[in-house]
Amino acid sequence: MSEGQIKKFMYVNRKAPHGTIYALESLEVVLIAAAFDQDVSLAFMDDGVYQLKKGCNTKGIEVKNFQPTYRALDDYDINKLYVEKEALEARGLTEEDMCVPVEVLTRAEIGKLMETQDIVLSF
Amino acid sequence: MNIGILINEGPYTHEATDSAYLFARAAIEKGHQVSRVFFYHDGVNNSSRLTEPPQDDRHIVNRWSKLAEEHKVDLVVCVAAALRRGIKDENLAPGFRISGLGQLIESGIQSDRYVTFGD
Amino acid sequence: MLHIVNKSPLDRPALDTCLATAQPGGAILLIEDGVYAATTGNSAAGKLTQAMGQMKVYALKPDLEARGIADRVLEGVNLVDYGGFVDLVTEHATCQSWL
Repeated sequence: MSEGQIKKFMYVNRKAPHGTIYALESLEVVLIAAAFDQDVSLAFMDDGVYQLKKGCNTKGIEVKNFQPTYRALDDYDINKLYVEKEALEARGLTEEDMCVPVEVLTRAEIGKLMETQDIVLSF
Repeated sequence: MNIGILINEGPYTHEATDSAYLFARAAIEKGHQVSRVFFYHDGVNNSSRLTEPPQDDRHIVNRWSKLAEEHKVDLVVCVAAALRRGIKDENLAPGFRISGLGQLIESGIQSDRYVTFGD
Repeated sequence: MLHIVNKSPLDRPALDTCLATAQPGGAILLIEDGVYAATTGNSAAGKLTQAMGQMKVYALKPDLEARGIADRVLEGVNLVDYGGFVDLVTEHATCQSWL
């Protein structure tokens, strides 16, 4: 890769966990991205906010619980996590339901941030 | 311009890979460079050389192989996603290679534009 | 920036979220099942028309034709082929696919 080049990457997560693999595999991308010293942010919109709903226990469905990984993101210096306000409200959730510290933003605010990115990857 | 592409869905079930292919071909025809296509999630299934569609259908896998050969497009299949789905070097179609997720990030860094196709 | 929507507006909320997120001056390209939103009589037609005041709306003609709806495209929607799709991507600094 080109040395020293820093781009702004935003990962947009709009799908719930477990029903499909997108949430887990997207998280794997984010972890790899951390090694590239890029400017990384994550946006959780629509059903994507369910990825952060704390208290996931996947024993009964015999699937790996990857929720602890979100809590590890901070160790990788990934701490810009934006959650869509309207999505929380539509799902009866609040910021207190999130398993990690997040910044709650309106769709329009997320839209403004999106405009400032170099790369937007959505899963 | 250098355009990078990410494909998140497999062949035939979703239109994603068809859209991506037609987009890539149009980009090349316009003189742009499609340096790398990264296959992730079920997108890794686009790389199986065991794919055999009916005679009257498009051959999605061969189409990618041909594009790679003619225009030096780097077709990269994510190793973790591939192993999960039974895609290995031994059943990889020509032009595809298996590598890590770092290749996706690198492509994002090096491309002028990045487009995602999926479901 | 360019927003790409590939979902029918009656199937998933992708278009709704996109319209609420997209900033004025941006562009929306409807592809795959997203093109259904660009047809007259579809319940998404109103909000799409409203969005046209602030951003340009495009639809991929081959996807409209494949679905038998190229003859009922909403007024104000610009039709593009794959080459036009490429131009839209290069004309905008970033793009987001509302998968």
